[in-house]
Amino acid sequence: MDSNPILEVTNLTQKFRSGDRTLTVLDHVDFSVDEGTICSIVGPSGSGKTTLIGLCAGLDRPTSGAVTLNGIDLGPLNEDERAEVRNQHVGFVFQTFQLVPTLTALENVMVPLELRGMKSAEVRHDAEELLDNVGLSDRLDHYPAQLSGGEQQRVAIARAFINKPNILFADEPTGNLDAETGKTIEQLLFDLNKASGTTLVLVTHDLSLAEQCQRIIRLKNGKIFKDEWVENPEVENIK
Amino acid sequence: MSSFFSKWSWKMAWRDARSNKKRLFVYISAIIIGVAAQVAITSFRDSLNNTINNQSKELLGADLEIETEQAPPDTLTAYFDTLGGEQATITEFPSMVLFPKTGNTRLSNIRALKGNFPFYGKLETIPAEAANNFQSDSTALVDQSLMTQFDIEVGDSIKVGQMTFAISGAITKVPGEAAAAAMIGPRVFIPASVLDSTNLIQSGSRIEYKQYFKFTDNRSMSPIETRIDSMEDGLGIDIDYETVEERREEIGEAVGNLGKFLNLVGFIALLLGGIGVASSIHVYINQKISTASVLRCFGASSNQTMSIFLIQAVVLGFIGALTGTILGIGIQYFLPGLVSDFLPVNVELTVSWLSIGLGLFTGTGVALVFALLPLLALRKASPLYALRTMTDSITSLLSNKTKVTIYVAVALTVMGYATLLTESWKVGGLFTAGMIVAFGLLLLVAKALMKLVRRFFPSHWQYVWRQGLANLYRPHNQTATLMLSLGLGMLLVSTLYFSQDMLMEELEFASRDDAPNLIFFDIQPDQNEGINQILRDNEAPILQNVPMVTMRLDSLRGRSTQAIDQDTANNVHDWALQREYRSTYRDSLTDSETLLKGEWIGTNPDTGRVPVSAAQEIARDLNLEVGDSLAFDVQGVPISAYVASVREVDFQRVQPNFFMLFPTGVLEPAPQIYVTVTRAPSEEVSATIQQAVVQEYPNVSAIDVSRILETINQFIDKISFAIQFMALFSIITGLIVLASSVATSRFQRIKESVLLRTLGASKKQIIKILSVEYLFLGILSALTGLILSVGATWLLGYFYFDITFTPNIWVIVIGTLVVTGLTILIGMFNSRSVYKKTPLEVLRSETI
Ligand SMILES: Nc1ncnc2c1ncn2[C@@H]1O[C@H](COP(=O)(O)OP(=O)(O)OP(=O)(O)O)[C@@H](O)[C@H]1O
Ligand SMILES: [Mg+2]
Repeated sequence: MDSNPILEVTNLTQKFRSGDRTLTVLDHVDFSVDEGTICSIVGPSGSGKTTLIGLCAGLDRPTSGAVTLNGIDLGPLNEDERAEVRNQHVGFVFQTFQLVPTLTALENVMVPLELRGMKSAEVRHDAEELLDNVGLSDRLDHYPAQLSGGEQQRVAIARAFINKPNILFADEPTGNLDAETGKTIEQLLFDLNKASGTTLVLVTHDLSLAEQCQRIIRLKNGKIFKDEWVENPEVENIK
Repeated sequence: MSSFFSKWSWKMAWRDARSNKKRLFVYISAIIIGVAAQVAITSFRDSLNNTINNQSKELLGADLEIETEQAPPDTLTAYFDTLGGEQATITEFPSMVLFPKTGNTRLSNIRALKGNFPFYGKLETIPAEAANNFQSDSTALVDQSLMTQFDIEVGDSIKVGQMTFAISGAITKVPGEAAAAAMIGPRVFIPASVLDSTNLIQSGSRIEYKQYFKFTDNRSMSPIETRIDSMEDGLGIDIDYETVEERREEIGEAVGNLGKFLNLVGFIALLLGGIGVASSIHVYINQKISTASVLRCFGASSNQTMSIFLIQAVVLGFIGALTGTILGIGIQYFLPGLVSDFLPVNVELTVSWLSIGLGLFTGTGVALVFALLPLLALRKASPLYALRTMTDSITSLLSNKTKVTIYVAVALTVMGYATLLTESWKVGGLFTAGMIVAFGLLLLVAKALMKLVRRFFPSHWQYVWRQGLANLYRPHNQTATLMLSLGLGMLLVSTLYFSQDMLMEELEFASRDDAPNLIFFDIQPDQNEGINQILRDNEAPILQNVPMVTMRLDSLRGRSTQAIDQDTANNVHDWALQREYRSTYRDSLTDSETLLKGEWIGTNPDTGRVPVSAAQEIARDLNLEVGDSLAFDVQGVPISAYVASVREVDFQRVQPNFFMLFPTGVLEPAPQIYVTVTRAPSEEVSATIQQAVVQEYPNVSAIDVSRILETINQFIDKISFAIQFMALFSIITGLIVLASSVATSRFQRIKESVLLRTLGASKKQIIKILSVEYLFLGILSALTGLILSVGATWLLGYFYFDITFTPNIWVIVIGTLVVTGLTILIGMFNSRSVYKKTPLEVLRSETI
């Protein structure tokens, strides 16, 4: 196991002002994730999980502290530079899917690569393959509104993998799904990780999912309450 | 900007637009009518200018016109001879005419013609040959509109002065003159050879002697002009000349002003459309925040995301502009019918490339400029909003500084364009300032009304009424936009209407029962008693019978008027220096006069200088103070005087009023004419009196007040129709903005309605809630526009026309009803999917 951290979070604090009250959502959070790891973040609702991985992916600026992604310190970068970093290295699956409603399933998946200036024709093959992998080969030209919740979630996962990210953040990828579909999605994530060696950071309420990971970070009241490594033969086998 | 041209942005713009095509077009449709108005008017103006340039010689009918106010002296006629070329003479003066067949009389503009005038263009008559033959036949040509009015036909006769002519033709067009000219002074052409026999050329009559020239050589006019200027000084008379170029400029300017005005009125429609676009795009972009944030999450730059929607705004703006341009070219063909009566030429309509370019450019520009705020705000949309939906409006992302900069930029664009249209910074600036004030006030009143609704919310009302009313101020409401666009349209149209109403009412006041309605002037002293007798015979009271003496001002405060005139730094008005004063003398003031300053002296004290009283208006224009000395030239006799008093004169009374009032004991021996004012008890008596006077004293002119009112009425009607036509564009735009705003907010309302239905609301309740919302929107915006227009008209009346305006309550009621009705109709039509589709259908499709 090489201990090359792909994500380093140091002293991360996030505060929100609402009215005259200041809310500390993240309070001096420190951790790092090694390349290739499957890591889960768990915690009660409102404990700051979404806020944390949002900061990790450079979607927001912290009140204080630093995030280093793939060796790049996000702090000094401006919005557009961080967007560039995400495009090159990061995949993201949102709690609420966040497909672009006016794009078809296929087009949604192609977006990250097309953003790099690649032609649709070059990207199309990869995107179709990914959608095939998630079992949606017959839904390519459907708009999000025409897909069920689970199908939308699968498109979102395909989209997160299209740029072959070094690290993938997934915010409760199974939170909105029934148990069976949830299982399929989980399997998908692990399979895709297995195939490309992508680092996975999963936020979840679902302890059974968390227990399949190598590491569980427990958040409570904005602090890391427990950070444990799990003996997980299945994952070890992958490595 | 590179991302604007990148393929990716265009691809995304297309992908995003393809499922929203209809909706996007609704957004942009608001500018179509405004662009159409601009294109139609600009193209029409262009055609008009071309016509005027192409027909410039026809406008004057000759190469040169030389005009004097007295028969040209021998030196001048000798000079005419040396000029050579072809010449024609017109002697023009006002006189009564009588149609023996019907007994109708009318003050007309008589023109005695000698020669082949017009040399360019044609005097058009029915039958056509009459224009060529009337001089040899010794017949008359009469304005067609006058003949129609009195039911006179070709072959009937007309009496002018002592002469009776057969009418050989009806005049349909005089080169260089608008048809409306006939309304003011109907034109009657007679041969010059019989002018003397009419016996109308007497001292005291206002006659213009016009000499027309046609030169076959392309000679320069400037030596002639110099020569005439020097002869004018030498002879001591006024000689005016006009060349083709001058006439062209003069008419071009007058016509240009009309065009500029119409262009500005049309521009308001475009601005309204801009506001519609701004609000629709704003809502649209607001709904695109999460899309933009997601794209940012996957690495799109802020410029790239903005470009997607910028491209949509530009492309759609262009499509809207193109549609409007095509429509405008069509509308152009209706414009001549509206204003042709005021034009001296028949416009040859052409499609002007300038107007097409302008239409495309401004349409796209307005769409872009008014979309700027939300578009720039979109650049600030953080990828964070993919995690957490944003609650505020997108524009809250912009700093106040950016917002102010954008507003200023928009105002400057508007001002720049208005300046371009009117070719004047001042007008452009005033227009922009006026629009800002109007917008500001509309917003203010709209906000105040909404506040009142909230404050005094009728919480005991039925649920559907409360819900509908509350829709006005709930999130994502379109209240302000609608109040602005409907209100401004309403403001525009009702101000026009109210002003017209106010003027008409004032005119009716002038024709009320006890007011004078018939005025005779140009009465020679020996005719005065005869006319008074005619009035007595017809039991018409002689309300005034005053002598009038014409004079000119010779010097002012010891300086000759000529010297003052040449002094560029003088503080008096030229017209007041040079005009002919018609003064009267009496020993007392009338009840329409009030002394303001100084002392009224009724009889000349014979101390050398005559104490005169100056009317307030002339005192202001001549900068007169009590005590200032004046010297008059009373038809050759010098009289020195001083300003003994300044008095206020109610010039709105129908009666002769005088700038300079003399005391008795000075002017009695001077040559004078009389003016008599009476009130004929009925139209028939008025006609009888006029006939009798014209028969016996053909040189006396009569002004029939009711006829004048009729003419003014017609005039105002025609002009206001043209203006209202342009204002109509604003109303239509207002309605389109209404439709598009409804369509825009529908996406909001539809979900609420569906939720309500899921919770058990019936179709009927949903419809009721929506109609209550549109009912209040309609009422509130109509009232806002009306309240402001009452204010505007009142100000206009107070400062401009000196009339106190009292609004007609029925106009307000009917205006409100019409606008409200339309609002409900359009609102319900656009919301029909809310109550037609099943909830599930809506919930699925409207997630886009
Ligand atoms: N912009 C903001 N302004 C104010 N408070 C915020 C903001 N963003 C997040 N919060 C607060 O921060 C806390 C953490 O939010 P976060 O979404 O990270 O929780 P979470 O752990 O993802 O919860 P869940 O499991 O329910 O998704 C919440 O209490 C939330 O109200
Ligand atoms: Mg969360």
